[in-house]
Amino acid sequence: MIEIAEVVVVILVATLRAGTPLVLAALGELIAEKSGVLNLGVEGMMLVGAVAAIIATLGTGSYMLGALAGTLAGIAMALVFGLLTLSLRANQVAAGLALTIFGLGLSAFLGLAYRDRPLDGLKPLAVPGLSDIPVIGPLLFGHDVFVYFSLALFAAVAWFLARTRGGLVLKAVGEAPEAAHALGHDVLAVRYLATAFGGATAGLAGAYLTLVYTPMWADQMTAGRGWIALALVVFATWKPGRVLLGAYLFGGVTIAQLHLQAQGVAVSSHILAMLPYVATILVLVLIARDATRIKLNAPAALGKPFEPGR
Amino acid sequence: MRLRLEARTETARWLVVATPLLAAALTLASGIVMFAALGYDPAKALTSFFIKPIENVYGLTELAVKATPLLLCALGLAVGFRGGVWNIGAEGQLTMGAVAAGGLALAFHGEEPGWLMPAMVLAGALGGAAWAAIPAFLRARFNTNEILTSLMLTYVAVQFLGYLVHGPWRNPQGFNFPQSRDFGEAAIIPLLMEGTRLHLGVILAGLAVFAAWLLLDRSHLGFQIRVSGSAPRAAAYAGYPVSRIVWAGFLAGGAMAGLAGMMEAAGPIGKLQPLISPGYGFAAIIVAFLGRLNAFGILLASLLVALLYLGGETAQIDLKVPPAVTGVFQGLLLFFLLGSDFLTRYRVKLVRRAAAS
Amino acid sequence: MPSEAPTPPLIRLSGIVKAYPGCLANDRIDLSVAAGEIHALLGENGAGKSTLVKIMAGVVSPDAGEIRWQGAPVAIEGPAAARRLGIGMVFQHFTLFESLTVTENVALAAGTKGRDRKALAGRIAELAARYGLAVDANRHVHHLAVGERQRVEILRCLLEEPRLIVLDEPTSVLTPQEAEALFATLRMLAAEGRGILFISHKLDEVRALCQRATILRGGKRVGECDPRAESAASLARLMVGSDVTPARRGAPKAPGGEMLALAKLDLAPADPHGVPLHAIDLTVRAGEIVGIAGVAGNGQSELLAAVTGERLAPEHAVRIAGVPAGRRASSYRRKLGLAVIPEERLGRGAVAEMSLAENAVLTAADQGLVSGGMVQSRAAAAYAKAVIERFGVVARGAGAAADSLSGGNLQKFILGREMLQNPKLLVAAHPTWGVDVGAAAAIHRALLALREAGAAILIVSEDLDELLAISDRVAAICGGRLSPVVPAEEAGRERLGQWMSGLFGGGAEAHAA
Repeated sequence: MIEIAEVVVVILVATLRAGTPLVLAALGELIAEKSGVLNLGVEGMMLVGAVAAIIATLGTGSYMLGALAGTLAGIAMALVFGLLTLSLRANQVAAGLALTIFGLGLSAFLGLAYRDRPLDGLKPLAVPGLSDIPVIGPLLFGHDVFVYFSLALFAAVAWFLARTRGGLVLKAVGEAPEAAHALGHDVLAVRYLATAFGGATAGLAGAYLTLVYTPMWADQMTAGRGWIALALVVFATWKPGRVLLGAYLFGGVTIAQLHLQAQGVAVSSHILAMLPYVATILVLVLIARDATRIKLNAPAALGKPFEPGR
Repeated sequence: MRLRLEARTETARWLVVATPLLAAALTLASGIVMFAALGYDPAKALTSFFIKPIENVYGLTELAVKATPLLLCALGLAVGFRGGVWNIGAEGQLTMGAVAAGGLALAFHGEEPGWLMPAMVLAGALGGAAWAAIPAFLRARFNTNEILTSLMLTYVAVQFLGYLVHGPWRNPQGFNFPQSRDFGEAAIIPLLMEGTRLHLGVILAGLAVFAAWLLLDRSHLGFQIRVSGSAPRAAAYAGYPVSRIVWAGFLAGGAMAGLAGMMEAAGPIGKLQPLISPGYGFAAIIVAFLGRLNAFGILLASLLVALLYLGGETAQIDLKVPPAVTGVFQGLLLFFLLGSDFLTRYRVKLVRRAAAS
Repeated sequence: MPSEAPTPPLIRLSGIVKAYPGCLANDRIDLSVAAGEIHALLGENGAGKSTLVKIMAGVVSPDAGEIRWQGAPVAIEGPAAARRLGIGMVFQHFTLFESLTVTENVALAAGTKGRDRKALAGRIAELAARYGLAVDANRHVHHLAVGERQRVEILRCLLEEPRLIVLDEPTSVLTPQEAEALFATLRMLAAEGRGILFISHKLDEVRALCQRATILRGGKRVGECDPRAESAASLARLMVGSDVTPARRGAPKAPGGEMLALAKLDLAPADPHGVPLHAIDLTVRAGEIVGIAGVAGNGQSELLAAVTGERLAPEHAVRIAGVPAGRRASSYRRKLGLAVIPEERLGRGAVAEMSLAENAVLTAADQGLVSGGMVQSRAAAAYAKAVIERFGVVARGAGAAADSLSGGNLQKFILGREMLQNPKLLVAAHPTWGVDVGAAAAIHRALLALREAGAAILIVSEDLDELLAISDRVAAICGGRLSPVVPAEEAGRERLGQWMSGLFGGGAEAHAA
């Protein structure tokens, strides 16, 4: 019994860890999309954040500075996207793809010299006494600081959207930018902020990968997580709670798949590695069948450029 | 004095052609800055990036070989993009085209029937189209976001190819290397020029440019695709079913990408291996936009982006510049293009402040 | 000339100029509104009213000119500045957020005052009661009918305690009865000493409500008058610049065969904010025009979609020229003789950046513009040219982009493109919406000519005058239900107005919307 409980705890903890980068990236994208900005460049922002983080941490020895560097790199990428789509009113889909392609190239370029330099990796917190309690200890007190931060961020985002005037303005801008402008809200400023927030969390999600999850740099190490985060926002029908749920669901699929591989299940590791992607597609199909829910919750101006004074 | 933006009443035609050139020039300029900043001699770097690869006939043939898959993929993508169908999974469709054609080649290994090559061409196109049919079906039937599904399927396709070459299709005499047997004689695309890698596929790609132009700019289907892309409500009013446009975009995109995959496998590579394409399917997105979704524009754009690939390889040898710089250039190119598109829609004017208020 | 009052007017605009590329929207316009006055800004579509309003709202900045607020020169730098001055706006296209509640919508405009939602809800209820603007503060806006939405806009504006209230075409979305209620509210507000600027092109309303009127034509101010002292005809002359001869319907002919028959048509809405259709019965015969009145968002688009084939219905619920077609695609219905003029010209009836020749291919492909799967560009250009000539479309030629045409000319082009296909059944949505008086008359004449030629015509419009002028029979739609269809002579504005608010047979349930 105790052994099974231990295995379950290990899997749950691993699931939380695997879900954390998705929580971070998807919450940021959720805010960006609520303002009407569809940034398909999450994957690119995550990669650049990931490489910036490990470079900073290897250079300074500080994980804190690494996380900060990842966040700032994500913001910088997001601002490039903002410049193109908000100020220059370029097509958001095309610009998002460009951001991802650019991020792939830039991160590979920057990361070249750091490919064979693994980090120790940020260790989980150890709260004396508490972390050692069986089951509850590792589940509640045994995670790294990113996991707690991502949960705090979830609470903050949920509160912001549901309870604050800022959240109301954000939703208004994503719903009907012309109307929001006519009421005196600065649509571009709101959208720039939301986009930058999306970049910050995507960068941080990337930093989590290189500093904690697999503490090293490898080309394209995000392996589609940025895209899965985008899919999660749709799956969650733009609701933070469902983002959290979806992210851990995907974390679970990833972990289950890894465990199966480790157990030496007689299925090719390549077939198992398809699972998260196939699961994403299935989830997208399931949610898409509920067209009404999507239409009711999707920001009405998602992906459309705003042209003041026309 | 201040800058004022003024919407153009009509898109300036000459700018539609000029802005891709401007984007290329700006990419070049930022290349100079980047190389200088990294401590390379910019003149030397640019020469080795953009001149040296195409100094001789062999270089030019290599350019054509590299441009072929880009061109094919981008032509197919343009059909979808014009209709507002965002197939970004060309990389996966390319992979599945190679798998389908390669499977045929391996099945008839040693027999070398005369019909094998045309059958492989067909299999490549069908394989890519079949893979593209999945997101098309999901979009047409369930209105599932095709951007995400087509991209997810790329990861699945690459894993699938990995499974094949690590498993059932691995060369039994290959010392456990993850690759298939070398294709037989009849399964290799004939060369056009001895001593080069220039193969017959290049001619097929040229024909595809013309066919794509007919489809996109002259046919009724192409017209319906354009209307659906630029004014979906007008398409609904005229009675063009969304599903028709989605299917046309994906099947064209998948078939062309599959063809490109087949040509890579049965051309320069000559077997199946875990990686068939160094991101041609993604770079083709850039090619399609840079070519303004126009068949002839895409032809020119594919040559430019192919040059970036070649230049990356040359510069790596000459200057030890990391090859990833190609990806940076690709991204920059698309950034500058999207940014300068602004000029086709707005006039930037320097004006004195209005007299009152 | 208006006599100089001892106190300066609330707002005085002088010499306002605003140019857009290719169009001088405001050309040295003067306008002043005094406290306690209901002032009309009168002009045709395209006369420059909306631009002037946007300048006052701070949404658009003028190229030249001066604005004085209570005598002092001001610059209205943005919407927030306008509100700080005390200018409140009620826009023509509502600036409400569909997915938010009434209170949230008001809070968005209320600045820091909006932080305490409870207090805000109380304030809304108080204002609503005082001015007779009934709304439910907790409902989501997408559940509200158009008239209710307007009341929310007005409440939102009143919460700011504005000194000047600007209403842009407020009655265009109301039933006659709702418009009366609005006027009562406006008179109350003016009596409190607020200035009201009432923008309209409906002359009777202006004469009933306003004390002064400024008239714009082609971007210029062409006069100021006391509308109560003018006749509708004299105001129209000022507004249009010439006498207007409205199109007149000839005597009804013996009705021909059924070209459109809807039988017990039920249809669920396609989108969550849509309106379901309930048991609609309607026939349109050859040689007659049937007009359907209604306030926007009461099922008109659903009804049109079911007829045109954009939405499918049970096969026998829709018959075109006698053939059951409910489940058939638009292309099939077109072959049966259906032609359609959609409510939205750019983006639906025509593709903005495509040439007129290409836009001809959109619906007239079967007229020899496509053969062997290829577009015949020469035939398309010839077709577009024929439309341009026969229907007096002002355009640079068949190669002109659709969005380079004025609204009225584009509408004439679309009408011509459909009419040259010799339809047996023409369906037109808001055929003269946003079109100047001259073009509107031309469009009406063309529709009547088609009726003479024996086609059946179904018109859906919010303009009662238009419907009563050219229809043989009329009905109203409300909440997805259709009123009885009666001869236009027997209908009358009053009765149609009541039907528009759902007061017809089984009225109580129909009023649910």
